[in-house]
Amino acid sequence: MAANGFSEEVVIAGFGGQGIMLAGKLLAQTAMKAGKEVTYMPSYGAEVRGGTANCMVVIAEREIACPVVGNPDSLIVMNKASLAKFGPRLKKGGLLIMNSSLIDGRPEMDESIEIIALPADELAVELGNKKAANMVALGAYIKKRGRLNIETAADALPETIAERYHKTLPVNTAALNRGAEFASRGS
Amino acid sequence: MKTAFTRTPTYKDVPTHYCPGCGHGIAHRLLAETIDELDIHERTIGIAPVGCAVLEYDYIDVDMVEVAHGRAPAVATGMKRTNPDKIIFSYQGDGDLASIGAGEILHAGHRGEQITVIFINNAVYGMTGGQMAPTTMINQVTATTPKGRTSAGQGYPLQVSELLATLPGTIYIERCALSSPAEIRKTKKAIKHAFELQIEGSPGMSLVEVLSPCPTYWRMSPVDAMKWIGEEMVKVFPLGRLKG
Amino acid sequence: MSTAVNTSKKKNEAQKQKASGETDHRILMCGNEALAESAIIAGCDAYFGYPITPQNEVTAYMSKRMPEEGRVFVQSESELAAINMVFGASATGKRTMTSSSSPGVSLMQEGISYLAGAELPAVIVNVMRGGPGLGNIAPSQGDYFQATRGGGHGDYRTIVLGPSSVQELVDCMQLAFDLADQYQMPVIVLADGILGQMMEPVVLEKKPGRKLPSKDWALTGAKGRQQNIVRSLWLAEGALERLNYKLQGRYEQIQKDEVLCEQYGVEDADIVVVAYGIAARIVRGAVTIAREEGIKVGWIRPVTLWPFPSEQISKAADELRIFLTVELSMGQMVEDVKLAISGKSPVVFYGRPGGGVPTVDEVLDKIRQLTTKRKI
Repeated sequence: MAANGFSEEVVIAGFGGQGIMLAGKLLAQTAMKAGKEVTYMPSYGAEVRGGTANCMVVIAEREIACPVVGNPDSLIVMNKASLAKFGPRLKKGGLLIMNSSLIDGRPEMDESIEIIALPADELAVELGNKKAANMVALGAYIKKRGRLNIETAADALPETIAERYHKTLPVNTAALNRGAEFASRGS
Repeated sequence: MKTAFTRTPTYKDVPTHYCPGCGHGIAHRLLAETIDELDIHERTIGIAPVGCAVLEYDYIDVDMVEVAHGRAPAVATGMKRTNPDKIIFSYQGDGDLASIGAGEILHAGHRGEQITVIFINNAVYGMTGGQMAPTTMINQVTATTPKGRTSAGQGYPLQVSELLATLPGTIYIERCALSSPAEIRKTKKAIKHAFELQIEGSPGMSLVEVLSPCPTYWRMSPVDAMKWIGEEMVKVFPLGRLKG
Repeated sequence: MSTAVNTSKKKNEAQKQKASGETDHRILMCGNEALAESAIIAGCDAYFGYPITPQNEVTAYMSKRMPEEGRVFVQSESELAAINMVFGASATGKRTMTSSSSPGVSLMQEGISYLAGAELPAVIVNVMRGGPGLGNIAPSQGDYFQATRGGGHGDYRTIVLGPSSVQELVDCMQLAFDLADQYQMPVIVLADGILGQMMEPVVLEKKPGRKLPSKDWALTGAKGRQQNIVRSLWLAEGALERLNYKLQGRYEQIQKDEVLCEQYGVEDADIVVVAYGIAARIVRGAVTIAREEGIKVGWIRPVTLWPFPSEQISKAADELRIFLTVELSMGQMVEDVKLAISGKSPVVFYGRPGGGVPTVDEVLDKIRQLTTKRKI
């Protein structure tokens, strides 16, 4: 598949209420805005109420075969349980973005895997809204992976967030940028 | 010679399949007369039930559909919502409306569908051979209550009209009977009123319950059957306007 | 003759357009909402439905959009009522639909049989979930038998479309309404929880429709004509038999004219994988990798599940190949594959039931195993 341009499989996971689905939708919307092919597959039903939540996003230059991701190229985890569940499935040479606010220490991973541990919750609180932690993590991912632009993601926000929450656009945009900044500077 | 009686145009000039003394023929005629008198023949769509009146479209000369057992109020909903200018009626027996279709009639009434329902209550399943209906009277012998209906075993006769009258979505409910010429005239008046409400666009469901004889499965002569309505059935199913 | 749908070709054209700087008309939508919007584009006059996961987005979407368009939305008291509301609207000549998921579609079978008997067009979407019973809400393909064998009582068929992407789901909706009107029968769009829930970019546009017969049978009030009767009861001797022959004639025509399937890499293949819907996406992922490994493997994807592309599959089996059928069930479509092949080639099966989704790796392993077998 690599022969037909890049293909990137991403899993985003956390617990219900952390905005996992929103982060996934924004990533998908951003990819579409950038002219890519994309699929977004949420876990659905009872799981979205307080339990574990995850979604799978596939981004590619060409038509995407399977929207269900077995072994992701990149993994964004917002809590410990999600790291335990999806960490072992991460591909060699993959990218792990983990929320160090809720995950202590450094996980045992294959050394080919690049790890960015960022205190997404604290960074979001600093920006004035703890709920924007998902955007901090996504911003870090987008910047680190370098295949999509933070500007495109910010542009995609109004189409992704329901209109009644549009007052949160500035803080979400700031959170994307803060995550990106953390990914470049390491702080 | 002066003509004393003519067939109303919407009632087709064909013999019916109903048993001697059956009330469906009278109810059909009242319905057809109403359609003709209100001049709605060209915009009326009727719904035939599953039961003895399943072939109603062979007798009533308007556009008609035959539907699954008890589902007429749901079908009527689909028709009226997409055709608010048409006059939609369902014609249902007690097994159809009060038993298998209890959910559909309740919710059509609950939603306030602007339809007209003619509910023929003869306290028995006719087409399938005289089994117990929800409206079967206590002690009434049927094919499935050989020793007579008991409240302990089969519950009490179900008073659907009273139940439906409690719903804000129903605007007119009246119980009539075909037990005498005077009652038949009242039935006609009620059916006509129920249609008029729909024509006016009144917001809700109108229903006329008609106590109707089934001499065959009541194991009575037609004359005794008429008497039984007036003397016995009305005790459980009192006549009169329940709502509107 | 069958027509092949080549979605990948269409997509590539869209990409060329994008490259040439034309506006990207794609919007990101989940399958449930996209199919609903497509039904509106197709001219659906009325939607009736009852909540059930994983298709709730259809009902919610319709409750907002249908009134905006001046059309009818009713949340019914049950699936039984929903399908009968569809029956009522259809009998008056309106384009109408309902949607549900497996347990709800079981309840609708009575109405579907009556629609078939009364020769009424209707579109029914089944976003399948795991069963039997209440099962779960995970994706499944366990209702293939129910959909393709009629489902309800009596000697009838329904046309069944099995899309495998959100875009195809969109395209299938418009096709479904046309097929229903053309052949005066219920058409089932058989999706699954993944297709309903996943989001993909789609282009929503009105496709040129078919030339359709007039609905002179519809109940519109007997004005200036004899009464119309819509019925499914035929008591006179021979009358129902005549209806059944008439329906059969229609079904034969459909089998001749309406088969849709897509295939890839079958010509030189030693192994052919047959899958539909979301399973076909997984298969495509596995086949692509297997090809890179040098395994001669292709796939056939039925788009119409009834009529089934038996001829295409039979033709592929004229040369000795191994056929692998992959489903999100313990094996239902595989029976149609076997019927089509009639023993000419071996048929093996891989599937997972109860909401289990086969992974690309699992299918790939299966393909690799078959290669070894073939060498022996």
